[in-house]
Amino acid sequence: MISFSQVHKRYPNGFDALKNISFTLEPGEMALITGHSGAGKTTLLKLIAAIERPTSGSVIVNGQNVGTLRSGAIPFLRRNLGLVFQDQKILFDRNVFENVLLPLQVSGFDARSSAARVRAALDKVRLLGKEKARPITLSGGEQQRLCVARAIVNRPSILIADEPTSNLDADYARDIMDMFKSFHQVGVTVLIATHDSELLGNAQQRVFTLRQGELAT
Amino acid sequence: MSVWLSHHFQALVLALKRLLRSPLGSLLSISVIGIAFSLPAGIYVMLENLQAVAGQFSAAPQLSLFLKLNSGEEAVSEVKTRLEHHPNITTFQFVSKENALREFSQSTGLADIAESFEQNPLPDAFVITASSLSSGQLDGLHAELQKWPEIEHVQLDSAWARRLEAMLNLGRLAVLMLSGLLSVALLVVTFNVIRLQILTMRDEIEVSKLIGATNGFIRRPFLYFGALQGAAGGIVGWLIISLGIHLIDEQLKSLMQLYDVNWQLYHLSLEDSLSLLLFSALLGWTGAWLSVGRHLGQIEPR
Repeated sequence: MISFSQVHKRYPNGFDALKNISFTLEPGEMALITGHSGAGKTTLLKLIAAIERPTSGSVIVNGQNVGTLRSGAIPFLRRNLGLVFQDQKILFDRNVFENVLLPLQVSGFDARSSAARVRAALDKVRLLGKEKARPITLSGGEQQRLCVARAIVNRPSILIADEPTSNLDADYARDIMDMFKSFHQVGVTVLIATHDSELLGNAQQRVFTLRQGELAT
Repeated sequence: MSVWLSHHFQALVLALKRLLRSPLGSLLSISVIGIAFSLPAGIYVMLENLQAVAGQFSAAPQLSLFLKLNSGEEAVSEVKTRLEHHPNITTFQFVSKENALREFSQSTGLADIAESFEQNPLPDAFVITASSLSSGQLDGLHAELQKWPEIEHVQLDSAWARRLEAMLNLGRLAVLMLSGLLSVALLVVTFNVIRLQILTMRDEIEVSKLIGATNGFIRRPFLYFGALQGAAGGIVGWLIISLGIHLIDEQLKSLMQLYDVNWQLYHLSLEDSLSLLLFSALLGWTGAWLSVGRHLGQIEPR
């Protein structure tokens, strides 16, 4: 569950990225956040993962107030989140398998069950044949799928993606969105930020629209 | 528990991999650490050897007792009985003024001058071997004998040993200061190596933080790296000292044979060697800890 109540975020340079945001995303719900670039989509997602802290108001994730979380507890919050970043953050000095393995290493899984989980995650994004490949040799769509695999390998209850389709053509983008839908169908809470209105065409899920830091309803 | 152990094992393996990944760089920093360590440790070994030599020679402290020039037979026998009953004196030998003069003219070859004296300028004397005493007790004995009325002067012959001891103490102080300085150098070397590592691994650290790595998880491989590098430097330092002792020992043996002395250099004891290794590892760990603490905070995901 993700719940924002009267959240305000002002950056140190005085820019108000988010103003008075309140919404609640129930467990297992899927939602899109849309808006022009600079509308505050990324900031909103960063608040959920405690990458940024709200200036006022409260952000509740899985019953924890993220805004007041002490820094030692943040890693454990993030282990329950699957994050797909706008700039991907793939490690290019490791192969595909090792990239997906990283979250499991971080949370201390033993090597054998880790390998099985990594293969399962790669299978879900159809990259199983490329586990030894270097990320640099993958196509844009494959790199994005690698990021999705890394986000879900921990089997998080919440999946958050920031512009996951931004630099993909329409086919690949639909492919990625279908994957998120399938995770949603097995009970994962999914929150996706996108400026791509194409994706909204046949959307039945909730859509939050941000305009200059405010939620338009 | 097993998770904790496997975390540490993984960190150790990772640190080893990083050490081996750039062999030339690692070799260079390890050599620097080793050379820095071999200097104070080498001087320490030399001092220990000197100490051993000094111990051999100053084992039996001697005092020379000179009587007043005008003292007669009674004074001599008086002193003799007192020396016989003194608990801290094992043996003594009486050297009469006549004997002393004869010895003087024979040993110096200045018989002419000795004969030209109108009267014997040398006093009666006793050469005393004290039962093994500490330098403090020896000083007490020295002062006590000096107070006897018949005595003109008491000479403590082990004074040179104490001078050597004082010099050794000075040397030890120098070793301590040198160790202090070079320890700082080692800290700086490790600090810098780790800083560069952190900078090149910026992306990896950032991603790890984003997917839920604790600071401890990120810090651990760096700490192991520092400790391993320090320990390797300690081993290099130990090898340098070993080689040095081996080379010097060969030369010293042939030199000492010329003097008919059988003298062998001591190496660092097992205890000292282990302390050296532990100390260098600890310093490496500390340098890494300082560096990680300083630089890890600067890498916050955004």
